[in-house]
Amino acid sequence: MRFIDEFRDRSIARRIVEKIRMFDSFEVNLMEVCGTHTVAIFKQGIKGMLPENISLLSGPGCPVCVTSQEDIDKVIDLVKKRDVIIATFGDMLRVPGTNSSLEEERSKGADIRVIYSPREALRIAGENPSKRVILLAIGFETTSPLIAACLQDARKERIQNFLIFSTHKLIPPAMEALLKSKEVNIDGFICPGHVSVTIGSNAYRFIAREYKVPCVITGFEPVDVLQSIFMLMKQIKENRAEVEIQYFRAVRPEGNRIAQELISEVFEVTDVFWRGLGTIPKSGLRLNRRFSDFDAEREFRPEAAESKENPDCSCGEVLRGVKKPTECKLYKRICTPERPYGPCMVSSEGACAAYYRYG
Amino acid sequence: MVEELESSGKKILLAHGSGGRLTHQLIKSFVKKFRSPALAKLDDSAVLKFKGKLAFTTDSYVVDPIYFPGGDIGKLAVNGTVNDLAMVGAVPLYLSASAIIEEGFTVVELEGIFDSMNKAARTAEVEIVAGDTKVVERGGADKIFINTSGIGLIDSGVDISSKNARIGDRIILSGTIGDHGIAILSARERFDFRTKVKSDSQPLNRIVQEMLKASKKIHTLRDPTRGGLATALNEIAEQSGVGIEIEEEKIPVREEVRAVCEMLGLDPLYIANEGKLVAFVPERDCKRILNVIRSNRFGRNAQIIGTVVARHRGRVLVKTSVGGQRVLDMLTGEQLPRIC
Amino acid sequence: MCLAIPARVVRIMGNLAQVEMAGMNREVDIRLVSDARVGEFVLIHAGFAIEKIEKKEAEETLRILREIA
Repeated sequence: MRFIDEFRDRSIARRIVEKIRMFDSFEVNLMEVCGTHTVAIFKQGIKGMLPENISLLSGPGCPVCVTSQEDIDKVIDLVKKRDVIIATFGDMLRVPGTNSSLEEERSKGADIRVIYSPREALRIAGENPSKRVILLAIGFETTSPLIAACLQDARKERIQNFLIFSTHKLIPPAMEALLKSKEVNIDGFICPGHVSVTIGSNAYRFIAREYKVPCVITGFEPVDVLQSIFMLMKQIKENRAEVEIQYFRAVRPEGNRIAQELISEVFEVTDVFWRGLGTIPKSGLRLNRRFSDFDAEREFRPEAAESKENPDCSCGEVLRGVKKPTECKLYKRICTPERPYGPCMVSSEGACAAYYRYG
Repeated sequence: MVEELESSGKKILLAHGSGGRLTHQLIKSFVKKFRSPALAKLDDSAVLKFKGKLAFTTDSYVVDPIYFPGGDIGKLAVNGTVNDLAMVGAVPLYLSASAIIEEGFTVVELEGIFDSMNKAARTAEVEIVAGDTKVVERGGADKIFINTSGIGLIDSGVDISSKNARIGDRIILSGTIGDHGIAILSARERFDFRTKVKSDSQPLNRIVQEMLKASKKIHTLRDPTRGGLATALNEIAEQSGVGIEIEEEKIPVREEVRAVCEMLGLDPLYIANEGKLVAFVPERDCKRILNVIRSNRFGRNAQIIGTVVARHRGRVLVKTSVGGQRVLDMLTGEQLPRIC
Repeated sequence: MCLAIPARVVRIMGNLAQVEMAGMNREVDIRLVSDARVGEFVLIHAGFAIEKIEKKEAEETLRILREIA
């Protein structure tokens, strides 16, 4: 397949690994921020190819994993409203709330539809005028412009029965929160490729400048990831802290202007709570006043059950890179993909699921 | 004189299930399609003669949608059971077919499905000798559900089982994986992508008999249906108490299937197949058996994909395309519902 | 969540485009990539094209990779 196969070439990969191995005089912690990178790394067996002095930490870039228990409980409350259809991306189905999950509610008869594109949600709204369709808008900067585009369409076509429940979050503030907490030494960031398609490499400059941590914006094929690791090691060795774009076939310094404009026309930035990281200022998106009539939270005022996270669930620490899934008390013994306790095991991009499936 | 089932525009009614005249019409239509002397006797049971080791299997088919590129639920129901028999080295002989039909299903469609089943049975050289139909009220079933059971005879000297994989065995996959699941997906309305991928539903009994002619030393056979190749390999590793190592690069996958999987985040290794087999054979026989499979039209893309090892017993490891290694787990959760 | 795959633009119809990848065809929203042209490659994510893949840049990347290596 074009633009994919070339970046899975075994001999190129092998030689990059040889070059990486030459940086053997120092130990580093590199964090891959994005859940899709965690999966790519595991699926291709990249960890095993790297020398011992390089540790890869999984970060908080798994949108389902960082959704708060409260938000999940509110979604489950929305499901129970009358004449409502919930449109959701597949991953959210099995995340356990305090008392239930979307999958459980569906088996009890709730109208919950799994979609692949937000455009489908708009279509469902058009086909079901007597119901209200609520799209669970989850994801980072790759996905929020798409939701914004759909909302603009909904306004233009005067679709009255379409709403969203936004749990959108922003990546750079989370990266900063991790650095500020100083819990783990992060020597370099493998930055998300597709989030960066939207926000551009400029969005990470403050991390290199103020925190002196190298950032490399990375594609998702195994050769991309290996090349980025090489570039990070080179920066560290040369005492540089810069933002470099490995994925420059798709990412530009200024990002995608149209996408950025779409987001700012529909959303506004707000403080939100991240599972595992707490409240991070200016790290989430909510609908602005002009689009508030599409806000399911404002319309329905869903309530959260008395939210209680399982105290033994270490998702929070895993998301901050403090613990590996294997260090969680529940991992594998009690918490499995069949019976997940926390979202890190449910989400196909969760670190725990990746460890369990591929490790 | 029982009239025949009238076609064109007519629907199946609850009365077709009540045992009276309409039921007789339905049965007569069924019998006429399947041209089996045993069935035509219309006795309560088929009476058949055997000598030797019998294989017996059953499966139900609830695929949604019932028509898809490459086939329909009828074709699936016949080939699926034929293949289950073939996987223990049996020569499939007789099938039963039961249908649970939703009220309102059209007669034309029902006859079309019976036609499919008949055609598949003839291709596989099996006879449908027993059958049943029931009708449930609207909403009681999703158009039509079919169960087939089958019996076959196993030649002496043939001992094929999931428990028989041995260290050193080579693993042969008879062709491309993921076709059936993706064909089903593309036929579901809500997935708005168009592909030319067709279900690979086909009977494997001929290939297996040809393989056995080349060598009786086939240890294990499996057709990777629900859960895909990954699940089948894991089951065998566990049941035989061995480790399995396969190479991602060797596994044949159609470009289009890969494209759809990349787009939807699916893994071809976990997607159902309906016309493929994986064979565990001793090293010295594997080239010969591979050639036999490749010379059959249903096995053109066969490849040797891996080996049985003494390490990490019960687990399957994959060497990735880029040279790394990872564990290949069984399917967890639900990847694609009602795929067969 | 950040799954995006490269596909070739076959036809553009206003805000929508037909794209093709290894024989698979689908319709996507292309408003985010205003300068996409037929024959060029775009990244597809959740039913939208989110960016163009610059062929020159891709080839440059591969050249660098082969040099590092």
